[in-house]
Amino acid sequence: MSTREKSQGDVGRRDFLKLFGAAGAAGAAASTLPLGGSASADEIMAATAANTKHHRVAAATTPHVGGSGYEFFNVDESAFIEAAVDTLLPSDSTGPGAKELGVATYIDRQMAGGYGKGDRLYLEGPFGEGTPEQGYQLPMTPSELIRAGIADVNAFVQKNHKSTFDGLSAKDRAAVLSDLESEKIELPTVPTATFFGLLLQLTIEGYFADPMYGGNKDRAAWKMIGFPGADAMYMDKIEPFRNRPYKAEPKGIQDLI
Amino acid sequence: MATKLNAVDVLIVGLGWTGGIIAKELASTKLKIVALERGGPRDTNPDFIDPQIHDELRYAARYDLMQNVRRETITFRNRESQTALPMRQLGSFLPGQGVGGAGVHWNGVTWRWLEWDHQARTRTVDKYGEKIIPSDMHLQDWPITYDDLEPYYDKFEKTCGTSGKAGNINGRKIDGGNIFEGSRKDEYPNPPMIAAQSMVMFEKAARNLGYHPFPNPSSNASRDYVNPDGVAFGQCHYCGFCERFGCEANAKASPHFTVIPLALENPHFELRTNSIVLKVNLDSTRKKAVSVTYLDARGREFEQPADLIILSAYALGNVNLLLHSGIGVPYDPATGRGVVGRNYAYQCGGGATAFFDKETILNRFMGAGALGTTMDDFNGDNYDFVKAGYIGGGGISCSNSGARPIQSHPTPHGTPRWGSEWKKAVVDNYDHAASVGNQGAVMAYRQNYLSLDPTYTDVFGRPLMRMTFDFQDNEVKQMNGQADICVKIAKEMGATKVDRSIPPVPYSIVPYQSTHNTGGAVFGADPNTSVLNKYLQVWDVPNVFVTGACVFPQNAGKNPTGPVGALAYWAVDAIKNQYLKNPGPLVPS
Repeated sequence: MSTREKSQGDVGRRDFLKLFGAAGAAGAAASTLPLGGSASADEIMAATAANTKHHRVAAATTPHVGGSGYEFFNVDESAFIEAAVDTLLPSDSTGPGAKELGVATYIDRQMAGGYGKGDRLYLEGPFGEGTPEQGYQLPMTPSELIRAGIADVNAFVQKNHKSTFDGLSAKDRAAVLSDLESEKIELPTVPTATFFGLLLQLTIEGYFADPMYGGNKDRAAWKMIGFPGADAMYMDKIEPFRNRPYKAEPKGIQDLI
Repeated sequence: MATKLNAVDVLIVGLGWTGGIIAKELASTKLKIVALERGGPRDTNPDFIDPQIHDELRYAARYDLMQNVRRETITFRNRESQTALPMRQLGSFLPGQGVGGAGVHWNGVTWRWLEWDHQARTRTVDKYGEKIIPSDMHLQDWPITYDDLEPYYDKFEKTCGTSGKAGNINGRKIDGGNIFEGSRKDEYPNPPMIAAQSMVMFEKAARNLGYHPFPNPSSNASRDYVNPDGVAFGQCHYCGFCERFGCEANAKASPHFTVIPLALENPHFELRTNSIVLKVNLDSTRKKAVSVTYLDARGREFEQPADLIILSAYALGNVNLLLHSGIGVPYDPATGRGVVGRNYAYQCGGGATAFFDKETILNRFMGAGALGTTMDDFNGDNYDFVKAGYIGGGGISCSNSGARPIQSHPTPHGTPRWGSEWKKAVVDNYDHAASVGNQGAVMAYRQNYLSLDPTYTDVFGRPLMRMTFDFQDNEVKQMNGQADICVKIAKEMGATKVDRSIPPVPYSIVPYQSTHNTGGAVFGADPNTSVLNKYLQVWDVPNVFVTGACVFPQNAGKNPTGPVGALAYWAVDAIKNQYLKNPGPLVPS
């Protein structure tokens, strides 16, 4: 465990005690939080707020996995992201869903880190819309784009469904995402296709990236497709396994150190 | 105010393959050499070790080893009537940064270009007449032939430990190698790599159709190897984390463990990393370079005088430096005059994705960057230009470079992009799909060029370079014609479903296509249509030499690093044996 994670865990424990005493309605949430100090203050706040604000036990009783809570997202945003990734890659008979594999945590960390802050993005003006062939031209970092897009979608859903996005049924959430994808919904702040594209890109990344980034818990997405992961040394296997299945328990980078 | 440093004999800008080769080859001269590299130092250990290097997100999706466009980028437009806008994030191509340059993260495919590629105009006119060349196409010969370069191709292959099978030794055609290649003096230094299942299927299908497939020439060593310089290579692990990654095994040839350490053994050589060169300074005659201006990691400005300056940055970086330095006349498409930025070219891909039934197991993740089978039956002038309707063609191949799942999860056309149906399609096809792809040549045109942007600047305050580029009719016909051939082969491989695809037209800077940017500072026999003479020496400023893919008059249907490396050996030979003995123009202009 890194120093950073450790200190978060410590803060989490302190705040947990405070919260546990203060918020009577948080009992259900608190009882399902991970033990051992891995929940941060934000995470507990998120779980508590989600429970009280939206009166939904389901979200609060689902523990966060594979991470130490939300560094970037506020409670409304994390509720949106969890619901969105759960809709984009749901748990089904094919395999695990993005939410249960920690993809919301992955996206949160990406938004809080260098990528989300545009550390490899040219952001000098002037800004013009350009042609599709000229690519991304917004004066926004990925984290600014995601934040603004979530607010846009939540406002749309509030207006049209009298609910937050995460409060919708699975079917209705899928319908909203479809309308975003096809640009039937026009978001006021961010270009709909750009926002949806980034959301989907991040979801697929988190699902298939090495588990150390917070998603792909227990290498479950790799198991699902048969990708052996970071433990990759095939010079003596490529010929004998021609047209024959190669079965290996996938390994992440941290499993090999 | 720049701090002026003590003069050196030779200054090298950019330390990748070509800068590394030149630095190493000049060690015997005892001259004082300084190399300035804009990125940081890198070494196999600790930078590329296993398992940490097997990280798709960091290296392939987040471009950890690439140029950071926050500091320097280009602007782009398809045509002159548009306003160019910045390439705000990487996409279509991925220039490297740091010691070793793009030579660290390349695939390792190491071609000799076809004889036609070296004499494209003469051979086309001889066979088809002038009329077949579109009026806006700048089809130009190299100033040297394949035969001139053959010994240097050989030298580079041996430096890299290239694994392959010759198809033409001293004019004798050899089945199983590339029978279309120019005559070689010697076999490859290592035998071909082990073919993956998809390649076995491709080879059989291509042969059934009467074509001539052969294993890619690969600088991913097929066995342990010691090159003529005494550098040890490990056998390739087929780990599938190759292009976009550094190699943990020192199996993928890279300058960072071959030529550069040898250059560093020279006590007269000094490497300064994190040093970004802003421009080359000329004297009042504008015929002689006197120094370069550069910034160190702390932003301090230095002037480094030197007698001889080698521009060996990435292709686009070299043209950028020439434009910022006022070396050579910038190209003006309106008048057709000027040469710097002229003949920028690229490549066009596309092809077929072949989906197989579940009994066909490919183990795609057992791969290597250069692991593939190719055929040149529709490349160079190995086919009929008139019948096909296009010039240039491309190599058609089935590659098995890995199956990293963020970026490689093939699904048939029509599959939703998300949801349960997408998940099922990903699982059903992940290890049962192969691609048959075209690496198409792109010719040079009057309207495709590089220049300086009037609006946008880099973090150092310099104008960004502006790319004006689009695919022209010849290339659109080519990508379509070649894709049809790919579809035919995919069907012959036994695919249950075949999806055909071509790159976006107009050309888009967004999706990854190829890091084979060429031209902008081409070499040639005529100073009116080239920046450099046949020794890669600037016509107008003879104490500046320029290396890299920017020297190619047009692109080929092949990866560029083979001729890029060979030409670095060719140029440094001329520098050592001709220029240093009598500094001045090596070819009268």
